[in-house]
Amino acid sequence: MPSADLPSGEPMIVFDGVEKRFGDNVVLSELNFTVAPGEHVCLIGPSGSGKTTILRLLMTLEKVDRGSISVGGKSLSHMEKGGKLVPADDKHCREVRKHIGMVFQQFNLFPNMTVRGNLIEAPTRVLGLSKEEATARAQELLDLVGLGDRMDAHPTQLSGGQQRVAIARALAMRPDVLLLDEVTSALDPELVAGVLKLLRDIGSTTDITFLCVTHEMGFARDFSDRVMMFDGGRVIEDAAPEKLFTEPGHERTQAFLQAVVER
Amino acid sequence: MTPLWDWNFAGEIIPALLNGLRVTLIATVLGSIIAFALGLVLAVLGRGPRPVRIVVRAIVEFVRSTPLLVQVYFLFFVLPAFGVVLSALTVGILALGVHYATYTSEVYRAGIDAVPRGQWEAATALSLPTTRVWTGVVLPQAIPRVLPALGNYVISMFKETPLLIGIGVLDIVGQAREVGGQSFRYVEAYTLAGLLFLLLSYPASMAVRRLERRRAVR
Repeated sequence: MPSADLPSGEPMIVFDGVEKRFGDNVVLSELNFTVAPGEHVCLIGPSGSGKTTILRLLMTLEKVDRGSISVGGKSLSHMEKGGKLVPADDKHCREVRKHIGMVFQQFNLFPNMTVRGNLIEAPTRVLGLSKEEATARAQELLDLVGLGDRMDAHPTQLSGGQQRVAIARALAMRPDVLLLDEVTSALDPELVAGVLKLLRDIGSTTDITFLCVTHEMGFARDFSDRVMMFDGGRVIEDAAPEKLFTEPGHERTQAFLQAVVER
Repeated sequence: MTPLWDWNFAGEIIPALLNGLRVTLIATVLGSIIAFALGLVLAVLGRGPRPVRIVVRAIVEFVRSTPLLVQVYFLFFVLPAFGVVLSALTVGILALGVHYATYTSEVYRAGIDAVPRGQWEAATALSLPTTRVWTGVVLPQAIPRVLPALGNYVISMFKETPLLIGIGVLDIVGQAREVGGQSFRYVEAYTLAGLLFLLLSYPASMAVRRLERRRAVR
């Protein structure tokens, strides 16, 4: 495991009594769960059930209202200063985030940069790699995602390949944790299978911890070690995919799966 | 009776008017540089913490709500009382630059707002340092969008430089007034002054329009 500072047996991700509200709307309440290093967890559930918010909290794109989250043994909301716990500052958040990668539904590649620029930006600026090192890493990753010859293309010229580049960009930071936010939802149907296969390959050849929000039940079934079913900001079922998909323990899960299958 | 238009006289005053044009161009170019740079600073600070935002807002509103001429006079006649004595042209350039910076800051703000939120989030997800988020991701996307609007303000500033006559800057119109006053022939002087403005601002407007179209096509 790349995060050498994580004692063995410790979870990679911990949600402890997390609550998140937007105004009066409680999006997540009393959320407790852990994810072990290298575990693949898929979050499923109806839209608006709070799945994406979990990823956004982990990326510090949103702040928790109550409770705490830690990644790799480090708190996202607090830091130690002079022996006391104080609210985390920007620098601390950046430090923790360095170990977390995220792939977005809408890719969010930087359109003002080439593929190369997108891939080497953070490794050079954040990890301090030289341009040559970062470019070599970028080439390796582009080969992995099947776009080895598109280094100098612009994101807009990559019809269909944008999400692959976005995945490569996240991997370029060698994250311990990779967050996938409905990464195939904005793709043309014929591209979905390819991207899911790529993710399966990455999942089986690395020890990255995955947290995926997805509506692709087939993918959730064979990619994950665990599936968490969300509804109304709570985990209503948390089980191995074999169990959850074949004999769901909660009627909401059953109804949801039924609806998704009939789609 | 002397003719309304005297070609010889018109020819004689051209060097003086060209001298004025040089001053006008210096004021416009340097004023624009200040307006572009300061406007950008104001726009970026305008997205900073609340106290900073309030101060920036107040400065922008104050400068925009008072006439440029008042600001020109203020800098020229009041600053010396504080021991700051600047040449008329310098004061003019500063006043134009600061005044227009409050407008360009709004232009930049619109451009920055137009950068999708996902871009900020992707930059955050990659842990890019704040300065780099601005210089590497946000501004390179925001500025090209607003170039036509910035161009329009340059043209507008170019046409407002005659205000500086008030403090004795001899721009195109200042020179026209001088040569006209010396001979009591104003028709040639002001006609040529107007033509000089037209000769420069019309092609400039055309260029800005082309820039707008190019961006619209993309």
